Amino acid sequence: MLELYDGALDVSAIFDKWYKEESKSNYGAFIPFVGTIRDEDSIDGLSFDVYEPILESWFNKWQEKAKESNAIVKMAHSKGDVLLHESSYIAAVFSPKRRVALEMIDEFVEDFKASAPIWKYDLKDGKRVYASERSTAIKGSGLLA
Amino acid sequence: MIKVEFLGPISKPTMELEASNLKDISEILKQDDEVKEWLETCAVAVNDTLVSSLDVKLQNGDKVSLLPPVCGG
Repeated sequence: MLELYDGALDVSAIFDKWYKEESKSNYGAFIPFVGTIRDEDSIDGLSFDVYEPILESWFNKWQEKAKESNAIVKMAHSKGDVLLHESSYIAAVFSPKRRVALEMIDEFVEDFKASAPIWKYDLKDGKRVYASERSTAIKGSGLLA
Repeated sequence: MIKVEFLGPISKPTMELEASNLKDISEILKQDDEVKEWLETCAVAVNDTLVSSLDVKLQNGDKVSLLPPVCGG
């Protein structure tokens, strides 16, 4: 349930799809997180590169972890350009009871930020500039230094 | 030959190198002015699996990827 889209996410359509997919699965809680592009630092938007093979294995490990709590995770992310006030990221946890999902969405999004192989660029003055100061080195970095 | 690919913002085409382990790759990349500044902050994957040791043996056709700092969402 890892979904990648070119450009901005259609939040309503993805919510509707995920809700329908699980509407008869007997999950008592559906906790989503939606990330949108804020108007700041005079940017026109953000742009993303995604390395799919490692993103998939990272996500599959999370799916296994969620399964241990009888939960599931879903995630959608953009590739390429996303403009101001549009969404580039949606994550959700479905679980039988709310506590598991509330805690897992926090852990999942934080680990996503620190580990998912996605690179962000500011779109500004017609240029695509790597957001190096907001980026985090993946755990274990520097092996070749 | 070992294929070395540079992901995300490292604007460098894939290289083909002769190497038998990651130590060899490290030595070669430290000599490369475009790449050496990235080494401190890059994670390393061999055939799309992240690795944490330089002792990983490499075989002909293996792919080594350098992953610079990330920021999804």
